[in-house]
Amino acid sequence: MKKVKADPKGVLSGSHYLDGDYAIAEGGLAAGCRFFAGYPITPSTETAERFSERIPSVGGVFIQMEDELASIAALIGAVWGGKKSMTVTSGPGFSLMMENIGLACMMETPLVIANVQRGGPSTGLPTLTGQQDMMQVRWGSHGDYKIIALSPDSPQECFDLTIEAFNLSEIYRVPTFVMTDECVGHMHEKVVIPPAEEIELVERKWYTGPKDQYLPYKNDKDMIPFMIKIGDGYRFHTTGLTHDERGYPVINAECQDVCVRHLNDKITMNADKIIRLEEDEIDNAEIIVISYGITSRVTTRAVRQARKAGIKVGTIRLITVWPFPEKRINELAKKVKAFVVPEINYGQMVLEVERCAAGQTPTVHVPHCGGWVHDPDDILKAIKEAAK
Amino acid sequence: MKKDNPTKKQNPITDLLRMDRIPHIWCPGCGIGTVLTSFAEALRKSEIDLDKVAVLSGIGCTGRVAGYVKMDSIHTTHGRAVPVATGVKLANPEMKVVVFSGDGDISGIGGNHFIHAARRNMDIMIICVNNFNYAMTGGQVAATTPKGANASTAPYGNFEYSFNLPYLAEASGATYVARWTALHLRRVTKSIQEALGKRGFSFIEVITPCVTLYARRNRLGDGLNLLKYYHEKSEIQHGADTRTVDISYQGKLIVGKFVDIDKPTFLDCMNEHLGKVLGDKYQPYGVNND
Amino acid sequence: MTEIRFSGFGGQGIIRCGLITGKALSLYDNKHATMTQSFGPEARGSACSSQLVVSDDRVLYPYISIPEILISMSQEAYEIYEPELSEDGILIIDKDLVKMNPARGKIKTYSVPSTRFAEELGNRITANLVMLGFFSSVTSVVSADAMKKALPGLVPGRFLDLNIKAFDKGYDYGKEILAKEKKSKTPTQKGKK
Repeated sequence: MKKVKADPKGVLSGSHYLDGDYAIAEGGLAAGCRFFAGYPITPSTETAERFSERIPSVGGVFIQMEDELASIAALIGAVWGGKKSMTVTSGPGFSLMMENIGLACMMETPLVIANVQRGGPSTGLPTLTGQQDMMQVRWGSHGDYKIIALSPDSPQECFDLTIEAFNLSEIYRVPTFVMTDECVGHMHEKVVIPPAEEIELVERKWYTGPKDQYLPYKNDKDMIPFMIKIGDGYRFHTTGLTHDERGYPVINAECQDVCVRHLNDKITMNADKIIRLEEDEIDNAEIIVISYGITSRVTTRAVRQARKAGIKVGTIRLITVWPFPEKRINELAKKVKAFVVPEINYGQMVLEVERCAAGQTPTVHVPHCGGWVHDPDDILKAIKEAAK
Repeated sequence: MKKDNPTKKQNPITDLLRMDRIPHIWCPGCGIGTVLTSFAEALRKSEIDLDKVAVLSGIGCTGRVAGYVKMDSIHTTHGRAVPVATGVKLANPEMKVVVFSGDGDISGIGGNHFIHAARRNMDIMIICVNNFNYAMTGGQVAATTPKGANASTAPYGNFEYSFNLPYLAEASGATYVARWTALHLRRVTKSIQEALGKRGFSFIEVITPCVTLYARRNRLGDGLNLLKYYHEKSEIQHGADTRTVDISYQGKLIVGKFVDIDKPTFLDCMNEHLGKVLGDKYQPYGVNND
Repeated sequence: MTEIRFSGFGGQGIIRCGLITGKALSLYDNKHATMTQSFGPEARGSACSSQLVVSDDRVLYPYISIPEILISMSQEAYEIYEPELSEDGILIIDKDLVKMNPARGKIKTYSVPSTRFAEELGNRITANLVMLGFFSSVTSVVSADAMKKALPGLVPGRFLDLNIKAFDKGYDYGKEILAKEKKSKTPTQKGKK
């Protein structure tokens, strides 16, 4: 993969006091995103507002589309047109995007979608937090595919992980998601934006061989096909249909097998390279609390109290939520007395923890239906219960 | 010696098609292929650089066009070719972006995208093959099915009003609007050529026969019978008021070039407005093409 | 750790108060400060508030629970938020806009005619800056220097000087109050009314 330094034009270097939504926009601009198509939806709108304000002096396009179906569709067109592109949305808009998230996966289109989650289902709690789209991001479009999703716990990480999301999306040619939430999205904190030369970006995997030999879906050694852009004379074809190396539709089980396996395997087989976890006091832990996003901050407060009470508690913060760190969880399941999983939903990532624990250790879920973060005492109670 | 051997002479449109994908999937008597031929002919005549033409389709019979043209081409999802085209155009303003899709794709599931792209005067061309029904899925009723016509999901006849697409396009802001039938191939070619030479949102509707489904279900005979209907009932009225060009079941078909005006495109407006408001701070976009 | 709530009615620049203070603390006073606010139609009623959690270390729980400092610039906001104020907390009010109930616990009250001062300076929209100046001096949670550094970008450029003037006015008034308090060694609320 070819690494380049960020273009200083998009990088607002310095210390700022920003909310998570704004930090996502700044992360996108720093990552070289020059096309943003979106539709207003609380609590993510501020990202679109910031982008619309900043992009004219950076050089690029902001367009407010007619709906979220169109937003993600326009992104796909812009990426094949050669631009790095992103959008932002929340629950109802995310549901509308599912159709073309599938198309982006099928056509192996690198793009970034931030979801500032709110309480659902349906219109739910537009202005209040939730972590309820964690399974939707993994499974929401029909068919078998895999994506990458990251979960920031602060405005600073909204900035950092948006850049990382762009890099991962380019490396693996896959839609990559920044799964934040209303609390982080609307929370103001210090965000340090480094100088452009300190921001490392992954360049798109451009094809440079002879034009007549270009095959849009022929895998390179690293499983990832080369990309070209519209207008460069390759006269290529791409489709949402099951396709062969040429990008031509082939409607049979054999081609489907190759095509679908590839979409899944390129993520699964690179999972170790993709996954980032933050572990704390795992070695002697009896109990491990697994959390992500804003919940991990609230968890830390509960964990400190539990440690004071003499319980050996370790924590894992999922920075990468998808692909899920199944190997690590499975390995730890052999050693600990229980996993505790607080999350602002009625049971989503906990299902993955249970699957990976595979009956070796119990898993205690600390649900919260959304609208606020957990009371740290509820997490503390669950830890104490699990330690008994 | 070569020129003495006429059998070696290639069909002039073969270099515009992915010959490795022929034969195509369309039924005998279907009109989509003829519209595609007109499109290819228009491209050839206009001597446009084919590297700078992108063709996008949605889903449906006409949606397969993107797969047969030998140009940068994207076969998108149902109804979404127009917003994908918007993205292509904005990312790469030097491209001529053509959406080639069916009536269901453009005016049914993609209707909202269609009117908004027209409203913005997005610089893209839409060739809409209208065969009055959802053919790929077996002849269901569409937003364009004339009242009274039979369809597989309107087995007792369609009782809904249908869209008058040229009127919809014009009212939404299109700068070029024409309608022809599959019988008017030379005129279709000419319209596509004109639209290729223009900047702005252009819309060309071509009424085509769906022999296998629409014609059979409505007992309208074969392709020839439909062409005969087009011949007898078509009336060329250039500049016709688009409010008057709606289509009734087997009724009169008013065809012609209805709208041909010029106005700044989305990108023109963006560059002009932001340049004015922001002055030197503004980085003009897509002007010299980076 | 200190929890602060700024409150008042829409249009007084209450959210700005949180932003300016949060920015000042995190960028210029070497603290961690997390600012949250209420959003949406529910938050657009007459009472408006922004919350700040200030700490030497990273803020974990982002919301306030029992604030140590409450700033109220309207009667309604005062009525809604006063009951949650810590029993030994600090209450700061606009003395012309808030009519106080009898003081509770060991709560210390400071009052300033912020809106009146702002009007005297020529523009009542700077009342929030008078309040911020006053808040800075009577609480010492944040330095005046940091607050002034935080202003560019958060107040319109052409009003920067006016806003600094308003801040100074409130700040100096706060110092005066503190000096008087020191002299008489009596709780400030005695001086009220």
